Amino acid sequence: MSAKVLIVDDEKDFLEIMAERMEARGMEVSTATSAEKALKMILRESYDAVIMDLMMPEMDGFKALKLFKETRPDLQIILLTANVPEEKCIEAIKLGAMDVIEKPADLDLLTQKIEAAKAPLRNKQG
Amino acid sequence: MDQKPGNTSEMGLQFFGRMSASISHEIKNVLAIINENAGLLEDFSLMAERGMPIDPGRLKTMAEKVKLQISRADGIIKNMNRLAHSIDETITTVDLDQTIELFMALTDSFTVMRGVKVDLQLPGSPLTIPTAPFFLMNLLWLCLDFSMSASGDEKRVELVVEETENSVLIRFRRLAGLSEALLETFPSEREKNLLDVLEADLTVEHGREEIALRLLKNML
Repeated sequence: MSAKVLIVDDEKDFLEIMAERMEARGMEVSTATSAEKALKMILRESYDAVIMDLMMPEMDGFKALKLFKETRPDLQIILLTANVPEEKCIEAIKLGAMDVIEKPADLDLLTQKIEAAKAPLRNKQG
Repeated sequence: MDQKPGNTSEMGLQFFGRMSASISHEIKNVLAIINENAGLLEDFSLMAERGMPIDPGRLKTMAEKVKLQISRADGIIKNMNRLAHSIDETITTVDLDQTIELFMALTDSFTVMRGVKVDLQLPGSPLTIPTAPFFLMNLLWLCLDFSMSASGDEKRVELVVEETENSVLIRFRRLAGLSEALLETFPSEREKNLLDVLEADLTVEHGREEIALRLLKNML
C-alpha cells in the first residue's frame, strides 16, 4: 500500500516539486502552505506521515508539532529545517517528532523515514 | 560622542548574529528548492533511459524556476554584503531611503514569521544624513520588534519617514496594542545606548499609538 503523506511548507515551489517527486515514487501526497491549513487536513484525513518545515509564518513548527500531537498522538511527524541548532532538534524529538532532517533533504533518506513511519501504524493495524 | 563600546558592541553582535542566522536560513531554503529541481532532473533522465520522453516545456519551466531562485539568493547575499559593510565606518553619510530599504529587506522574514504587515512610507525626495548606519539599523530593529509586539490584533505597522527642518522623524504607527505594561519594557537600556551613539531621541506617544525616532540632520 502506498504511503499517504502530508507535506507542510510555506515555500510553494518546494512543496510542488517535493510532491511531484514523491508521487513519482508511488506515494499519495497532499500539501499545505501553513500549519493552520495542515491542522484542518489532519482533522479530516489520516496520514502515514507529515513532513513539516520547522520555520513557518504565524504558527511555527514547534507550536504545530505540539498541536498535531495533541490532536493525533499517533501521527508520525518528520520535521524539515533549513537551519536549527542541535538543542532545538532534541527539543523537537522530546515533543514527539519522529525525526528532524536538514534542508536540502535527501529524498531517498526521507523516503526511508516515511517507510519507517508507516511501520508502527501497520503493526498497530495488525 | 559617547559610543559606549561595551554595550553597543555586544548589542551590535547580537543584531548581526540574528540577521546572519536569518540570512543563512533563507539561503538554505533557496538551496533546498534548487536541490529538488536537480533531483527532478535526475528523475527525468532516469525515466528517459527507460524510454519515456521528456517534455522540453517542462525542462524550460524548471530552468526558469532555478534561475529565479538564483536571483533570490543573489539578492539575499547582496543585502548581507551591504549589512556587513555598514560597519566599515562608524559614522558616514548615507542615503536614508537605501538604508531603510535594506533594513526592510533584512527584517522581512521576521515580520512574515510574526504575521505582521509593515507599510513603508518614504519621503518623496532623497534624504542624505550623517549617521552610524549599522547602529541605526540595530535601533530600527529594536523599534520594529517592539512595534510588532504592540501592533495588536490588526498586525499592521506603518513605518513613516518624514523630513523636518533640522531632523528626520522615523515613526512606527498604528500600534493599537501599545499598553502601559509594554511601555515598562521600552525603551530599555539597549535602546538608550543606541540613541546615545546616534545622538537621537525616541518618544512614545501612547495616545497616538506610535513611537517616533528623531535623528538630527547634523550629528556633532
